[in-house]
Amino acid sequence: MLVKARGPVQAVSANRLSDGIAVWLGPDHRWVDRVEEAGAFEGEAIAQALEAAKADMAARLVVDVYPLDVRVEDGRTIPTHIRERMKALGPSIRSDLGKQAEAPSAVIL
Amino acid sequence: MNHMPQPSDFGPDNAGPRHNAPDRHAGVYRYDELDKEFVFQRVEQFRAQVERRLKGELTEDEFKPLRLMNGVYLQLHAYMLRVAIPYGMLDSTKMRRLAEIGRKWDRGYGHFTTRQNLQFNWPALVDVPEMLTALAEVDMHAIQTSGNCIRNVTTDHFCGAAADEIVDPRVYAEILRQWSTLHPEFSFLPRKFKIAISGTPQDRAAVRTHDIGLTATRSEAGEVGFTVYAGGGQGRSPFLAVKLRDFVAEPELLAYLEAILRVYNQYGRRDNIYKARIKILVHELGAEEFTRLVEEEYARMPRAEYALAPEVVEAIQTHFALPPLTALPAESEAFDEAKRSDRAFARWTKSNLHPHRAPGYAIATISLKPVGGIPGDVTSDQMDALAELADRYSFGELRVTHEQNLVLAHVRKDDLYPLWQALEAIGLGTANVGLVSDIIACPGLDYCALANARSIPVSQAISERFADLDQQHDIGELKIKISGCINACGHHHVGHIGILGVDKKGEEFYQILLGGDAGPNAALAEIAGPGFDYDGIVDAVETVVKTYLSVRSGPQERFIDTLARLGHAPFKEALYGAA
Ligand code: HEM
Ligand code: SF4
Repeated sequence: MLVKARGPVQAVSANRLSDGIAVWLGPDHRWVDRVEEAGAFEGEAIAQALEAAKADMAARLVVDVYPLDVRVEDGRTIPTHIRERMKALGPSIRSDLGKQAEAPSAVIL
Repeated sequence: MNHMPQPSDFGPDNAGPRHNAPDRHAGVYRYDELDKEFVFQRVEQFRAQVERRLKGELTEDEFKPLRLMNGVYLQLHAYMLRVAIPYGMLDSTKMRRLAEIGRKWDRGYGHFTTRQNLQFNWPALVDVPEMLTALAEVDMHAIQTSGNCIRNVTTDHFCGAAADEIVDPRVYAEILRQWSTLHPEFSFLPRKFKIAISGTPQDRAAVRTHDIGLTATRSEAGEVGFTVYAGGGQGRSPFLAVKLRDFVAEPELLAYLEAILRVYNQYGRRDNIYKARIKILVHELGAEEFTRLVEEEYARMPRAEYALAPEVVEAIQTHFALPPLTALPAESEAFDEAKRSDRAFARWTKSNLHPHRAPGYAIATISLKPVGGIPGDVTSDQMDALAELADRYSFGELRVTHEQNLVLAHVRKDDLYPLWQALEAIGLGTANVGLVSDIIACPGLDYCALANARSIPVSQAISERFADLDQQHDIGELKIKISGCINACGHHHVGHIGILGVDKKGEEFYQILLGGDAGPNAALAEIAGPGFDYDGIVDAVETVVKTYLSVRSGPQERFIDTLARLGHAPFKEALYGAA
């Protein structure tokens, strides 16, 4: 078996322009509301995803586009850094606010 | 029991159709028609800018400075709207409006900050113009709450009421607001600029942590003037402001401050935003050289043109006249009886009251730090209730403190017991002002896009650990301040115990600092040693407090005094073991 040198697995995050709510780029380059459904890109796909996201920034859908490290668990995309886990859930002090209030999440703080 | 002002109480200056009861006596500056028009025009301008942004006529790079000029940030989960509360003064009409805005366009709450402002955490960009209109209707706005300008001038929250006050600092804060708004010299500053004024040498406004700090004083001849400090600030390189002059007489104030800002504009660094604050300039030049440059500039200025005329000061003073207090006996039988019969109330009177200058009145601080609560958060329902209490007990007036609490400044001693009971009923009667659970915490990672770690849950956990109010009163004055990153919004550098959240390989970690002070004996805290993880930091704080209790000379010795007497060694040893 070939051992591939593996780079990071990344998703792309942004906030919606109109209301500022956090969104992530899906595997098909459409924006999704939940990080679990975000595309987990590797290698060249990362640069392509960022390109697509930047095009949507120009098209006024989103602002503040950036890549973040993730891992995939049971087919779900989970951010590795606590900041990004917080962004995916909502404030840890108010479970009635943010994404966590809308549906249970696979992300754990 | 009706303390509503009577029409005959109005002076000519603040009479008029807009000044409807019950807030007409609240010590809040009244806009004139020009102010009003200006603010409404700004809202319409921003409405058009938002529309152009949404239509694609403005890029984010073009739009961002415009939205920031109107108090709109982008945070972790959403936008944030920062509302200016000039020198922290609110009246019940404004408070009700904030409640309404929170309910209608946000998530039913607002967050009071150490800059005496209020932040909404969930506004949609498309709604912000409407929110700003709603603010403008009650003489409020979000101008100068962001960007490289002179920010909201902050002041002593007991202003105009405290027994120990020399002058009412609101008068000068308002003069500075009018002077600094739209002044050409200040339209392209290297960085944001913060001014604080205390009306008494008993500094209650943390003046030495500001770019310019003023404390009111009188000359031997009885003239009003200010001790002027400059170059203070927290952030990644904290400095206490240095004293430039012991005394600048009232008429010279604006010219002298302008000289400082001119020197800053001329020499302040612009190559690196972290080094663009005046504190860096003062530090790099040295206090002596900086003072020399200011004095030289000042000597060169046409000072007569800048002289602050007594008529101007008087005109502004009328806006801040004392409300029509009743002549009362100094002592209140009802108050004394309530203290005797209700221990919990007696405890609250110990920590949350401050002497008023008028007999029979007291200043009441409302703690926004219920045990286990979120420091500074107030729900819309609580805001409405607070507005009602302000109307009933304090001439419709409220203040926001730089320690994230609220103040009712003119309460009859007779009314303190019913006031406290009403506060208890809405969860805001906690008797902990100045105590271990009266913690300042910045929003941290729960909201802030710049954060490395959470602040609020750490403060909640500490406050729960010390939930017992009797124990808190036994521990005595102790100021814990927490920031979620080096920007130091939570004032950790001037905490008796400061906590700084840092990022360690993607997880939260906390440094502990000891010995800071924001009062008249201002001091910067020192890092005690290696940091702690999320669970460890609460234990570490408890270790410090227990060590203090075991080594203090007696119940009268405050934590900060023990630290001054014994140094940091016993605390470091308790935290990290013998060296
Ligand atoms: C979540 C929104 C916030 C953002 C994005 C933010 C941003 C910042 C930044 C970037 C700095 C560093 C400025 C410098 O280098 O001097 C700063 C400092 C500061 N902020 Fe905030 N802040 C926020 C919320 C708050 C809150 C809620 C408070 C009050 C509780 C606050 C009070 C302060 C104070 C007192 C400083 C220290 C300024 C100094 O003395 O130099 N900020 N903030
Ligand atoms: S100290 Fe840092 S984390 Fe806290 S509010 Fe300020 S910028 Fe955000």
